[in-house]
Amino acid sequence: MPADFISNLYVFILAGFVGFELIKRVSPLLHTPLMSLTNALDAIVVVAAIIITGRHGTPLTTTLGAIAIAASFSNMVGGFFITDRMVRMFKSGGAKRP
Amino acid sequence: MNAVAIEQYLHFAYIAAIVLFILALKWLSSPVSARRGVLAGEIAAALAVLATLNNPEVVAYKWILIALMIGAGIGIPLGMVKITAVPQRTALSHAFGALSAAMIGIAEYYEGLDHLTRFGMGEIALEVIIGSLTFTGSLIAAGKLQEILPQRPIVYKGQNIVSLSVLAAALVLAIALVIHPQHTALFVAMVIVALVFGVLLVTPIGGADMPTVISLLNSYAGFSAALLGFVLNSKMLIVAGALDGSSGFILSVIMCRAMNRSFTNVLFGAFGTVQTTAVKTEARPIRSASAEEAAQILDAARKVVIIPGYGMAVAQAQHKLRELYDVLSKRGVEVSFAIHPVAGRMPGHMNVLLAEADVPYDRLIEMDEINPEFPRTDVALVIGANDVVNPAARFTKGSPISGMPILNAYEARTVMVIKRSMSPGFAGIDNDLYYLDKTLMLFGDAKAFVGSLIKELNAVAAGV
Repeated sequence: MPADFISNLYVFILAGFVGFELIKRVSPLLHTPLMSLTNALDAIVVVAAIIITGRHGTPLTTTLGAIAIAASFSNMVGGFFITDRMVRMFKSGGAKRP
Repeated sequence: MNAVAIEQYLHFAYIAAIVLFILALKWLSSPVSARRGVLAGEIAAALAVLATLNNPEVVAYKWILIALMIGAGIGIPLGMVKITAVPQRTALSHAFGALSAAMIGIAEYYEGLDHLTRFGMGEIALEVIIGSLTFTGSLIAAGKLQEILPQRPIVYKGQNIVSLSVLAAALVLAIALVIHPQHTALFVAMVIVALVFGVLLVTPIGGADMPTVISLLNSYAGFSAALLGFVLNSKMLIVAGALDGSSGFILSVIMCRAMNRSFTNVLFGAFGTVQTTAVKTEARPIRSASAEEAAQILDAARKVVIIPGYGMAVAQAQHKLRELYDVLSKRGVEVSFAIHPVAGRMPGHMNVLLAEADVPYDRLIEMDEINPEFPRTDVALVIGANDVVNPAARFTKGSPISGMPILNAYEARTVMVIKRSMSPGFAGIDNDLYYLDKTLMLFGDAKAFVGSLIKELNAVAAGV
Protein backbone atom coordinates (compact mmCIF):
# COMPACT_ATOMS: atom_id res chain seq x y z
CA MET A 1 0.00 0.00 0.00
CA PRO A 2 1.50 3.37 -0.97
CA ALA A 3 2.45 5.75 1.87
CA ASP A 4 0.42 8.53 0.24
CA PHE A 5 -2.69 6.44 0.57
CA ILE A 6 -2.26 6.14 4.31
CA SER A 7 -1.79 9.88 4.87
CA ASN A 8 -4.75 10.58 2.57
CA LEU A 9 -6.83 8.18 4.61
CA TYR A 10 -5.99 10.11 7.78
CA VAL A 11 -7.19 13.31 6.13
CA PHE A 12 -10.33 11.66 4.79
CA ILE A 13 -11.38 10.18 8.13
CA LEU A 14 -10.73 13.42 10.02
CA ALA A 15 -12.55 15.54 7.44
CA GLY A 16 -15.46 13.09 7.49
CA PHE A 17 -15.73 13.50 11.28
CA VAL A 18 -15.52 17.28 11.10
CA GLY A 19 -18.19 17.21 8.41
CA PHE A 20 -20.41 14.97 10.51
CA GLU A 21 -20.18 17.26 13.54
CA LEU A 22 -20.76 20.40 11.46
CA ILE A 23 -23.68 19.10 9.42
CA LYS A 24 -25.46 17.77 12.52
CA ARG A 25 -25.64 21.36 13.74
CA VAL A 26 -27.14 22.79 10.57
CA SER A 27 -30.76 23.76 11.21
CA PRO A 28 -33.25 21.67 9.19
CA LEU A 29 -34.57 25.04 8.02
CA LEU A 30 -31.47 25.30 5.87
CA HIS A 31 -31.17 21.77 4.51
CA THR A 32 -31.87 22.87 0.95
CA PRO A 33 -29.21 25.63 0.97
CA LEU A 34 -26.88 23.17 2.73
CA MET A 35 -27.15 20.83 -0.21
CA SER A 36 -26.51 23.55 -2.76
CA LEU A 37 -23.59 24.97 -0.75
CA THR A 38 -21.82 21.63 -0.29
CA ASN A 39 -22.37 21.09 -3.98
CA ALA A 40 -20.64 24.36 -4.77
CA LEU A 41 -17.77 23.49 -2.41
CA ASP A 42 -17.49 20.08 -4.04
CA ALA A 43 -17.04 21.86 -7.39
CA ILE A 44 -13.50 22.57 -6.19
CA VAL A 45 -12.56 19.53 -8.32
CA VAL A 46 -12.31 22.21 -11.00
CA VAL A 47 -8.70 22.71 -9.85
CA ALA A 48 -7.83 19.15 -10.88
CA ALA A 49 -9.59 19.69 -14.19
CA ILE A 50 -7.60 22.90 -14.76
CA ILE A 51 -4.30 21.07 -14.29
CA ILE A 52 -5.30 18.25 -16.63
CA THR A 53 -6.46 20.65 -19.32
CA GLY A 54 -3.53 23.04 -18.96
CA ARG A 55 -0.61 20.63 -19.07
CA HIS A 56 0.71 19.11 -22.28
CA GLY A 57 -1.57 16.14 -22.67
CA THR A 58 -3.20 14.32 -25.54
CA PRO A 59 -6.21 15.83 -27.31
CA LEU A 60 -8.30 13.20 -25.49
CA THR A 61 -7.23 14.23 -21.99
CA THR A 62 -7.49 17.93 -22.85
CA THR A 63 -11.05 17.41 -24.05
CA LEU A 64 -12.02 15.38 -20.98
CA GLY A 65 -10.44 18.04 -18.78
CA ALA A 66 -12.28 20.87 -20.54
CA ILE A 67 -15.63 19.08 -20.11
CA ALA A 68 -14.78 18.62 -16.43
CA ILE A 69 -13.94 22.33 -16.06
CA ALA A 70 -17.21 23.41 -17.66
CA ALA A 71 -19.28 20.98 -15.56
CA SER A 72 -17.68 21.79 -12.21
CA PHE A 73 -17.31 25.53 -12.79
CA SER A 74 -21.01 25.77 -13.64
CA ASN A 75 -21.72 24.09 -10.28
CA MET A 76 -19.41 26.49 -8.52
CA VAL A 77 -20.90 29.66 -10.03
CA GLY A 78 -24.52 28.45 -9.96
CA GLY A 79 -24.23 26.80 -6.56
CA PHE A 80 -22.92 29.83 -4.69
CA PHE A 81 -25.34 32.09 -6.54
CA ILE A 82 -28.48 30.12 -5.67
CA THR A 83 -27.35 29.39 -2.11
CA ASP A 84 -26.91 33.09 -1.48
CA ARG A 85 -30.33 33.80 -2.99
CA MET A 86 -31.92 31.19 -0.74
CA VAL A 87 -30.28 32.16 2.55
CA ARG A 88 -31.15 35.81 1.94
CA MET A 89 -34.84 34.82 1.85
CA PHE A 90 -34.81 33.59 5.44
CA LYS A 91 -36.03 36.46 7.57
CA SER A 92 -36.90 36.36 11.23
CA GLY A 93 -40.26 37.56 12.53
CA GLY A 94 -38.69 40.80 13.70
CA ALA A 95 -37.52 41.83 10.24
CA LYS A 96 -39.72 44.29 8.35
CA ARG A 97 -41.24 43.11 5.14
CA PRO A 98 -41.08 45.44 2.13
CA MET B 1 11.17 31.41 -7.58
CA ASN B 2 11.56 28.01 -9.12
CA ALA B 3 8.67 25.74 -9.97
CA VAL B 4 8.98 23.54 -6.87
CA ALA B 5 8.93 26.56 -4.56
CA ILE B 6 5.80 27.92 -6.26
CA GLU B 7 4.06 24.59 -5.89
CA GLN B 8 4.80 24.63 -2.20
CA TYR B 9 3.33 28.10 -1.81
CA LEU B 10 0.21 26.94 -3.60
CA HIS B 11 -0.38 24.50 -0.77
CA PHE B 12 -0.88 27.42 1.60
CA ALA B 13 -3.70 28.69 -0.60
CA TYR B 14 -5.26 25.22 -0.51
CA ILE B 15 -4.94 24.99 3.27
CA ALA B 16 -6.61 28.39 3.62
CA ALA B 17 -9.38 27.10 1.32
CA ILE B 18 -9.92 24.02 3.53
CA VAL B 19 -10.25 26.22 6.63
CA LEU B 20 -12.77 28.42 4.83
CA PHE B 21 -14.77 25.37 3.69
CA ILE B 22 -15.16 24.29 7.29
CA LEU B 23 -16.09 27.79 8.43
CA ALA B 24 -18.62 28.01 5.59
CA LEU B 25 -20.46 24.95 6.90
CA LYS B 26 -20.17 26.15 10.48
CA TRP B 27 -21.76 29.48 9.62
CA LEU B 28 -24.51 27.80 7.66
CA SER B 29 -25.84 26.35 10.92
CA SER B 30 -28.16 29.32 11.49
CA PRO B 31 -30.03 31.68 9.14
CA VAL B 32 -28.37 34.62 10.94
CA SER B 33 -24.83 33.75 9.85
CA ALA B 34 -25.65 31.75 6.71
CA ARG B 35 -24.73 34.50 4.25
CA ARG B 36 -21.30 34.78 5.84
CA GLY B 37 -20.95 31.04 5.24
CA VAL B 38 -21.66 31.46 1.53
CA LEU B 39 -19.11 34.27 1.35
CA ALA B 40 -16.47 32.09 3.04
CA GLY B 41 -17.13 29.37 0.47
CA GLU B 42 -16.84 31.83 -2.38
CA ILE B 43 -13.50 33.17 -1.13
CA ALA B 44 -12.21 29.62 -0.69
CA ALA B 45 -13.19 28.68 -4.23
CA ALA B 46 -11.71 31.83 -5.75
CA LEU B 47 -8.47 31.36 -3.81
CA ALA B 48 -8.09 27.74 -4.89
CA VAL B 49 -8.87 28.46 -8.54
CA LEU B 50 -6.50 31.44 -8.77
CA ALA B 51 -3.73 29.48 -7.06
CA THR B 52 -4.18 26.60 -9.47
CA LEU B 53 -4.02 28.87 -12.50
CA ASN B 54 -0.53 29.80 -11.25
CA ASN B 55 0.55 26.18 -10.94
CA PRO B 56 3.71 25.76 -13.09
CA GLU B 57 2.26 22.53 -14.48
CA VAL B 58 -0.38 24.61 -16.24
CA VAL B 59 1.13 25.86 -19.48
CA ALA B 60 -1.75 26.14 -21.95
CA TYR B 61 -4.60 28.45 -21.02
CA LYS B 62 -6.74 28.56 -24.14
CA TRP B 63 -9.01 25.60 -23.39
CA ILE B 64 -9.10 26.39 -19.70
CA LEU B 65 -10.50 29.84 -20.35
CA ILE B 66 -12.97 28.63 -22.96
CA ALA B 67 -14.22 25.91 -20.61
CA LEU B 68 -14.47 28.34 -17.69
CA MET B 69 -16.58 30.66 -19.82
CA ILE B 70 -18.85 27.82 -20.90
CA GLY B 71 -19.16 26.76 -17.26
CA ALA B 72 -20.10 30.29 -16.18
CA GLY B 73 -22.55 30.46 -19.08
CA ILE B 74 -24.30 27.32 -17.83
CA GLY B 75 -23.93 28.11 -14.13
CA ILE B 76 -25.36 31.62 -14.03
CA PRO B 77 -28.77 30.68 -15.49
CA LEU B 78 -28.80 27.61 -13.22
CA GLY B 79 -28.26 29.94 -10.27
CA MET B 80 -31.20 32.09 -11.32
CA VAL B 81 -33.86 29.37 -11.63
CA LYS B 82 -37.14 29.84 -9.78
CA ILE B 83 -37.13 28.56 -6.22
CA THR B 84 -39.79 26.02 -7.14
CA ALA B 85 -37.27 24.47 -9.57
CA VAL B 86 -34.60 24.02 -6.90
CA PRO B 87 -35.03 20.23 -6.48
CA GLN B 88 -34.38 19.48 -10.15
CA ARG B 89 -31.58 22.04 -10.27
CA THR B 90 -29.96 20.32 -7.32
CA ALA B 91 -30.22 16.90 -8.98
CA LEU B 92 -28.70 18.39 -12.13
CA SER B 93 -25.80 19.85 -10.17
CA HIS B 94 -25.13 16.43 -8.61
CA ALA B 95 -24.97 15.15 -12.19
CA PHE B 96 -22.48 17.85 -13.18
CA GLY B 97 -20.31 17.27 -10.13
CA ALA B 98 -20.22 13.54 -10.78
CA LEU B 99 -19.58 14.06 -14.50
CA SER B 100 -16.63 16.25 -13.68
CA ALA B 101 -15.17 13.73 -11.24
CA ALA B 102 -15.66 10.88 -13.73
CA MET B 103 -14.06 12.83 -16.61
CA ILE B 104 -11.00 13.66 -14.52
CA GLY B 105 -10.68 10.04 -13.44
CA ILE B 106 -10.88 8.87 -17.06
CA ALA B 107 -8.28 11.43 -18.14
CA GLU B 108 -5.98 10.30 -15.31
CA TYR B 109 -6.32 6.73 -16.50
CA TYR B 110 -5.28 7.55 -20.06
CA GLU B 111 -2.43 9.79 -18.95
CA GLY B 112 -1.09 7.24 -16.51
CA LEU B 113 -1.48 4.17 -18.74
CA ASP B 114 2.26 3.37 -18.93
CA HIS B 115 3.00 3.63 -15.25
CA LEU B 116 -0.22 2.65 -13.47
CA THR B 117 0.23 0.57 -10.35
CA ARG B 118 -2.44 -1.98 -9.48
CA PHE B 119 -3.36 0.01 -6.40
CA GLY B 120 -3.67 3.23 -8.39
CA MET B 121 -5.77 1.41 -10.97
CA GLY B 122 -8.11 0.19 -8.25
CA GLU B 123 -8.59 3.73 -6.94
CA ILE B 124 -9.29 5.10 -10.41
CA ALA B 125 -11.71 2.27 -11.25
CA LEU B 126 -13.72 2.80 -8.06
CA GLU B 127 -13.76 6.56 -8.53
CA VAL B 128 -14.88 6.34 -12.16
CA ILE B 129 -17.62 3.79 -11.34
CA ILE B 130 -19.12 5.96 -8.60
CA GLY B 131 -18.79 9.13 -10.68
CA SER B 132 -20.42 7.54 -13.73
CA LEU B 133 -23.36 5.95 -11.94
CA THR B 134 -24.00 9.16 -10.00
CA PHE B 135 -23.96 11.12 -13.26
CA THR B 136 -26.68 9.09 -15.00
CA GLY B 137 -28.60 8.45 -11.77
CA SER B 138 -28.78 12.19 -11.04
CA LEU B 139 -29.87 12.93 -14.62
CA ILE B 140 -32.77 10.49 -14.21
CA ALA B 141 -33.65 12.07 -10.85
CA ALA B 142 -33.58 15.54 -12.41
CA GLY B 143 -35.77 14.27 -15.26
CA LYS B 144 -38.31 12.90 -12.82
CA LEU B 145 -38.35 16.11 -10.78
CA GLN B 146 -38.75 18.21 -13.92
CA GLU B 147 -41.52 15.77 -14.93
CA ILE B 148 -39.86 14.96 -18.23
CA LEU B 149 -39.86 11.39 -16.94
CA PRO B 150 -42.80 9.85 -15.03
CA GLN B 151 -42.60 10.41 -11.28
CA ARG B 152 -44.16 7.08 -10.38
CA PRO B 153 -41.86 4.12 -9.80
CA ILE B 154 -41.14 2.20 -13.01
CA VAL B 155 -40.85 -1.44 -12.09
CA TYR B 156 -40.77 -4.83 -13.74
CA LYS B 157 -40.31 -8.37 -12.54
CA GLY B 158 -36.78 -9.39 -11.62
CA GLN B 159 -35.67 -5.76 -11.68
CA ASN B 160 -33.45 -5.97 -8.62
CA ILE B 161 -31.65 -9.03 -9.98
CA VAL B 162 -30.98 -7.25 -13.27
CA SER B 163 -29.74 -4.08 -11.55
CA LEU B 164 -27.48 -5.92 -9.14
CA SER B 165 -26.03 -8.05 -11.95
CA VAL B 166 -25.13 -4.89 -13.84
CA LEU B 167 -23.39 -3.51 -10.74
CA ALA B 168 -21.59 -6.82 -10.28
CA ALA B 169 -20.47 -6.66 -13.93
CA ALA B 170 -18.96 -3.22 -13.35
CA LEU B 171 -17.08 -4.50 -10.30
CA VAL B 172 -15.83 -7.59 -12.16
CA LEU B 173 -14.53 -5.33 -14.95
CA ALA B 174 -12.82 -3.18 -12.31
CA ILE B 175 -11.10 -6.23 -10.85
CA ALA B 176 -10.04 -7.36 -14.33
CA LEU B 177 -8.56 -3.89 -14.85
CA VAL B 178 -6.60 -4.09 -11.63
CA ILE B 179 -5.02 -7.29 -13.00
CA HIS B 180 -4.55 -5.89 -16.53
CA PRO B 181 -4.49 -2.07 -16.27
CA GLN B 182 -3.36 -1.67 -19.89
CA HIS B 183 -6.55 -3.15 -21.40
CA THR B 184 -8.32 0.07 -22.36
CA ALA B 185 -11.28 -1.87 -23.81
CA LEU B 186 -12.05 -3.17 -20.33
CA PHE B 187 -11.97 0.40 -19.02
CA VAL B 188 -14.39 1.68 -21.65
CA ALA B 189 -16.72 -1.26 -20.95
CA MET B 190 -16.57 -0.55 -17.22
CA VAL B 191 -17.56 3.10 -17.73
CA ILE B 192 -20.50 2.13 -19.95
CA VAL B 193 -21.74 -0.52 -17.52
CA ALA B 194 -21.51 1.96 -14.61
CA LEU B 195 -23.48 4.55 -16.60
CA VAL B 196 -26.18 1.96 -17.28
CA PHE B 197 -26.31 1.01 -13.60
CA GLY B 198 -26.99 4.64 -12.62
CA VAL B 199 -30.06 4.64 -14.86
CA LEU B 200 -31.28 1.32 -13.46
CA LEU B 201 -30.70 2.51 -9.88
CA VAL B 202 -32.93 5.59 -9.99
CA THR B 203 -35.59 4.69 -12.59
CA PRO B 204 -37.61 2.46 -10.23
CA ILE B 205 -37.73 5.09 -7.48
CA GLY B 206 -40.91 7.12 -7.09
CA GLY B 207 -41.36 10.84 -6.57
CA ALA B 208 -42.14 10.60 -2.86
CA ASP B 209 -38.75 8.98 -2.23
CA MET B 210 -36.87 11.78 -3.98
CA PRO B 211 -35.73 13.48 -0.73
CA THR B 212 -33.76 10.36 0.17
CA VAL B 213 -32.49 9.69 -3.34
CA ILE B 214 -31.35 13.24 -3.92
CA SER B 215 -29.46 13.11 -0.59
CA LEU B 216 -27.87 9.78 -1.47
CA LEU B 217 -26.77 11.10 -4.86
CA ASN B 218 -25.35 14.14 -3.07
CA SER B 219 -23.37 11.78 -0.89
CA TYR B 220 -22.10 9.75 -3.88
CA ALA B 221 -21.07 12.92 -5.72
CA GLY B 222 -19.11 14.00 -2.63
CA PHE B 223 -17.42 10.67 -2.14
CA SER B 224 -16.46 10.46 -5.81
CA ALA B 225 -14.69 13.80 -5.39
CA ALA B 226 -12.95 12.52 -2.25
CA LEU B 227 -11.84 9.38 -4.12
CA LEU B 228 -10.54 11.62 -6.86
CA GLY B 229 -8.48 13.33 -4.18
CA PHE B 230 -6.95 9.93 -3.38
CA VAL B 231 -6.19 9.32 -7.05
CA LEU B 232 -4.57 12.73 -7.51
CA ASN B 233 -3.10 12.91 -4.04
CA SER B 234 -4.92 16.17 -3.36
CA LYS B 235 -5.78 16.72 0.28
CA MET B 236 -8.02 19.64 -0.61
CA LEU B 237 -10.24 17.47 -2.79
CA ILE B 238 -10.34 14.82 -0.09
CA VAL B 239 -11.55 17.37 2.47
CA ALA B 240 -14.11 18.98 0.16
CA GLY B 241 -15.37 15.57 -0.96
CA ALA B 242 -15.53 14.21 2.59
CA LEU B 243 -17.54 17.25 3.75
CA ASP B 244 -19.96 16.98 0.84
CA GLY B 245 -20.17 13.20 1.15
CA SER B 246 -20.88 13.23 4.88
CA SER B 247 -23.43 16.00 4.42
CA GLY B 248 -25.34 13.98 1.84
CA PHE B 249 -25.03 10.89 3.99
CA ILE B 250 -26.44 12.57 7.11
CA LEU B 251 -29.31 14.04 5.11
CA SER B 252 -30.15 10.61 3.67
CA VAL B 253 -30.15 9.09 7.16
CA ILE B 254 -32.48 11.86 8.38
CA MET B 255 -34.79 11.31 5.40
CA CYS B 256 -34.85 7.53 5.86
CA ARG B 257 -35.62 7.89 9.55
CA ALA B 258 -38.43 10.32 8.77
CA MET B 259 -40.01 7.60 6.65
CA ASN B 260 -39.05 4.73 8.95
CA ARG B 261 -37.35 2.96 6.07
CA SER B 262 -33.89 1.62 5.34
CA PHE B 263 -31.58 2.54 2.46
CA THR B 264 -32.11 -0.88 0.88
CA ASN B 265 -35.84 -0.41 1.11
CA VAL B 266 -35.67 2.98 -0.63
CA LEU B 267 -33.32 1.77 -3.34
CA PHE B 268 -34.81 -1.63 -4.00
CA GLY B 269 -38.27 -1.46 -2.44
CA ALA B 270 -40.03 0.68 -5.10
CA PHE B 271 -42.49 2.30 -2.71
CA GLY B 272 -46.04 2.42 -3.94
CA THR B 273 -46.08 -0.90 -5.74
CA VAL B 274 -46.43 -3.43 -2.95
CA GLN B 275 -49.46 -1.90 -1.31
CA THR B 276 -51.83 -1.32 -4.22
CA THR B 277 -54.03 -4.02 -2.71
CA ALA B 278 -54.16 -2.11 0.57
CA VAL B 279 -56.33 0.65 -0.92
CA LYS B 280 -59.85 0.16 0.33
CA THR B 281 -62.59 0.87 -2.15
CA GLU B 282 -65.46 1.05 0.35
CA ALA B 283 -66.87 4.55 0.68
CA ARG B 284 -66.59 5.87 4.22
CA PRO B 285 -68.52 8.95 5.29
CA ILE B 286 -66.67 12.24 5.22
CA ARG B 287 -67.63 15.79 6.11
CA SER B 288 -66.91 18.54 3.65
CA ALA B 289 -67.22 22.27 4.15
CA SER B 290 -67.32 25.46 2.10
CA ALA B 291 -64.78 28.25 2.29
CA GLU B 292 -67.29 30.34 4.23
CA GLU B 293 -67.79 27.72 6.94
CA ALA B 294 -64.05 27.07 7.16
CA ALA B 295 -63.33 30.79 7.44
CA GLN B 296 -65.74 31.11 10.36
CA ILE B 297 -63.98 28.34 12.25
CA LEU B 298 -60.57 29.86 11.50
CA ASP B 299 -61.81 33.24 12.63
CA ALA B 300 -62.85 31.81 16.00
CA ALA B 301 -59.54 29.94 16.46
CA ARG B 302 -56.72 31.10 18.69
CA LYS B 303 -54.05 28.71 17.49
CA VAL B 304 -53.73 27.44 13.92
CA VAL B 305 -51.08 25.08 12.59
CA ILE B 306 -50.65 24.88 8.83
CA ILE B 307 -49.19 21.63 7.46
CA PRO B 308 -47.81 22.07 3.95
CA GLY B 309 -46.78 19.21 1.68
CA TYR B 310 -45.69 18.61 -1.89
CA GLY B 311 -49.21 19.52 -3.08
CA MET B 312 -48.59 23.08 -1.89
CA ALA B 313 -45.52 23.27 -4.13
CA VAL B 314 -47.42 21.83 -7.09
CA ALA B 315 -50.28 24.30 -6.65
CA GLN B 316 -47.81 27.17 -6.04
CA ALA B 317 -49.92 28.05 -3.02
CA GLN B 318 -47.09 29.34 -0.79
CA HIS B 319 -47.68 33.05 -1.50
CA LYS B 320 -51.43 32.73 -0.87
CA LEU B 321 -50.60 30.89 2.37
CA ARG B 322 -48.44 33.80 3.45
CA GLU B 323 -51.43 36.10 2.87
CA LEU B 324 -53.58 33.77 4.98
CA TYR B 325 -50.87 33.86 7.64
CA ASP B 326 -50.93 37.68 7.56
CA VAL B 327 -54.72 37.92 7.74
CA LEU B 328 -54.95 35.46 10.64
CA SER B 329 -52.01 36.98 12.54
CA LYS B 330 -53.56 40.41 12.21
CA ARG B 331 -56.69 39.05 13.86
CA GLY B 332 -54.65 37.79 16.80
CA VAL B 333 -54.53 34.14 15.78
CA GLU B 334 -51.25 32.37 16.53
CA VAL B 335 -50.20 30.70 13.29
CA SER B 336 -47.32 28.26 12.83
CA PHE B 337 -46.23 25.98 10.01
CA ALA B 338 -45.45 22.35 10.82
CA ILE B 339 -42.65 21.00 8.65
CA HIS B 340 -42.22 17.25 8.24
CA PRO B 341 -38.65 16.32 7.22
CA VAL B 342 -39.78 14.53 4.04
CA ALA B 343 -42.47 17.01 3.00
CA GLY B 344 -41.72 17.95 -0.59
CA ARG B 345 -39.11 16.68 -2.96
CA MET B 346 -35.84 17.42 -1.16
CA PRO B 347 -34.61 18.09 2.38
CA GLY B 348 -35.76 21.54 3.51
CA HIS B 349 -37.97 22.03 0.43
CA MET B 350 -40.99 23.48 2.31
CA ASN B 351 -38.81 25.86 4.34
CA VAL B 352 -37.27 27.42 1.25
CA LEU B 353 -40.61 27.83 -0.51
CA LEU B 354 -42.22 29.48 2.52
CA ALA B 355 -39.17 31.64 3.20
CA GLU B 356 -39.37 32.87 -0.38
CA ALA B 357 -43.00 33.78 0.28
CA ASP B 358 -41.72 35.87 3.24
CA VAL B 359 -43.02 33.68 6.04
CA PRO B 360 -40.67 34.44 8.98
CA TYR B 361 -38.47 31.40 9.65
CA ASP B 362 -39.28 31.33 13.36
CA ARG B 363 -42.84 30.33 12.36
CA LEU B 364 -41.56 27.21 10.54
CA ILE B 365 -41.52 24.52 13.22
CA GLU B 366 -39.95 21.07 13.01
CA MET B 367 -41.91 17.92 13.66
CA ASP B 368 -40.54 17.10 17.11
CA GLU B 369 -41.14 20.62 18.36
CA ILE B 370 -44.65 21.07 16.98
CA ASN B 371 -46.10 17.65 17.85
CA PRO B 372 -46.65 18.41 21.57
CA GLU B 373 -48.56 21.55 20.49
CA PHE B 374 -51.32 19.80 18.55
CA PRO B 375 -53.59 19.01 21.55
CA ARG B 376 -53.66 22.77 22.22
CA THR B 377 -54.28 23.61 18.56
CA ASP B 378 -57.73 24.77 17.45
CA VAL B 379 -57.28 24.13 13.74
CA ALA B 380 -54.74 22.00 11.89
CA LEU B 381 -54.91 23.04 8.24
CA VAL B 382 -53.42 20.41 5.92
CA ILE B 383 -52.42 21.65 2.47
CA GLY B 384 -51.05 19.16 -0.03
CA ALA B 385 -49.69 16.81 2.62
CA ASN B 386 -51.02 13.30 2.96
CA ASP B 387 -48.94 10.40 4.23
CA VAL B 388 -47.08 12.59 6.76
CA VAL B 389 -50.35 13.21 8.66
CA ASN B 390 -51.85 9.71 8.32
CA PRO B 391 -52.60 8.33 11.80
CA ALA B 392 -52.40 4.82 10.30
CA ALA B 393 -48.62 5.20 10.58
CA ARG B 394 -49.04 5.22 14.35
CA PHE B 395 -52.09 3.07 15.00
CA THR B 396 -52.56 0.57 12.19
CA LYS B 397 -50.28 -2.43 12.52
CA GLY B 398 -49.30 -3.76 9.12
CA SER B 399 -49.94 -0.52 7.28
CA PRO B 400 -47.21 0.07 4.67
CA ILE B 401 -46.29 3.31 6.44
CA SER B 402 -46.54 1.79 9.91
CA GLY B 403 -43.92 3.27 12.23
CA MET B 404 -43.27 6.35 10.09
CA PRO B 405 -43.07 9.46 12.30
CA ILE B 406 -46.02 11.72 11.54
CA LEU B 407 -47.31 15.17 12.43
CA ASN B 408 -50.07 14.62 15.00
CA ALA B 409 -52.68 16.67 13.16
CA TYR B 410 -55.39 14.28 14.39
CA GLU B 411 -54.91 15.67 17.92
CA ALA B 412 -56.06 19.15 16.94
CA ARG B 413 -59.63 20.18 17.85
CA THR B 414 -60.54 20.63 14.20
CA VAL B 415 -58.68 19.32 11.18
CA MET B 416 -59.13 20.89 7.76
CA VAL B 417 -57.74 19.25 4.66
CA ILE B 418 -57.56 21.10 1.38
CA LYS B 419 -57.53 18.49 -1.36
CA ARG B 420 -58.58 18.15 -4.96
CA SER B 421 -60.40 14.85 -4.51
CA MET B 422 -60.36 11.79 -2.31
CA SER B 423 -57.61 10.06 -4.30
CA PRO B 424 -54.95 8.42 -2.10
CA GLY B 425 -51.43 9.83 -1.69
CA PHE B 426 -48.14 8.69 -3.17
CA ALA B 427 -47.98 5.64 -0.96
CA GLY B 428 -51.41 4.65 -2.28
CA ILE B 429 -52.81 4.32 1.22
CA ASP B 430 -56.14 5.60 2.40
CA ASN B 431 -55.77 8.32 5.02
CA ASP B 432 -57.75 7.68 8.22
CA LEU B 433 -57.45 11.35 9.11
CA TYR B 434 -60.02 12.25 6.44
CA TYR B 435 -62.74 10.18 8.10
CA LEU B 436 -62.50 11.55 11.63
CA ASP B 437 -65.57 13.35 12.97
CA LYS B 438 -63.56 16.50 13.53
CA THR B 439 -62.13 16.58 10.02
CA LEU B 440 -63.53 18.91 7.38
CA MET B 441 -62.58 18.21 3.80
CA LEU B 442 -62.19 21.37 1.75
CA PHE B 443 -62.33 20.29 -1.89
CA GLY B 444 -60.61 22.42 -4.48
CA ASP B 445 -57.30 23.68 -5.83
CA ALA B 446 -55.03 24.59 -2.91
CA LYS B 447 -54.15 28.05 -4.19
CA ALA B 448 -57.70 28.98 -5.19
CA PHE B 449 -59.17 27.65 -1.94
CA VAL B 450 -56.73 29.54 0.26
CA GLY B 451 -57.61 32.60 -1.82
CA SER B 452 -61.31 32.19 -1.04
CA LEU B 453 -60.53 31.58 2.64
CA ILE B 454 -58.74 34.93 2.72
CA LYS B 455 -61.68 36.63 0.99
CA GLU B 456 -64.16 35.13 3.47
CA LEU B 457 -62.00 36.11 6.44
CA ASN B 458 -61.80 39.68 5.18
CA ALA B 459 -65.58 39.67 4.69
CA VAL B 460 -66.05 38.51 8.30
CA ALA B 461 -63.74 41.32 9.41
CA ALA B 462 -65.66 43.91 7.42
CA GLY B 463 -68.95 42.67 8.84
CA VAL B 464 -67.85 43.13 12.45
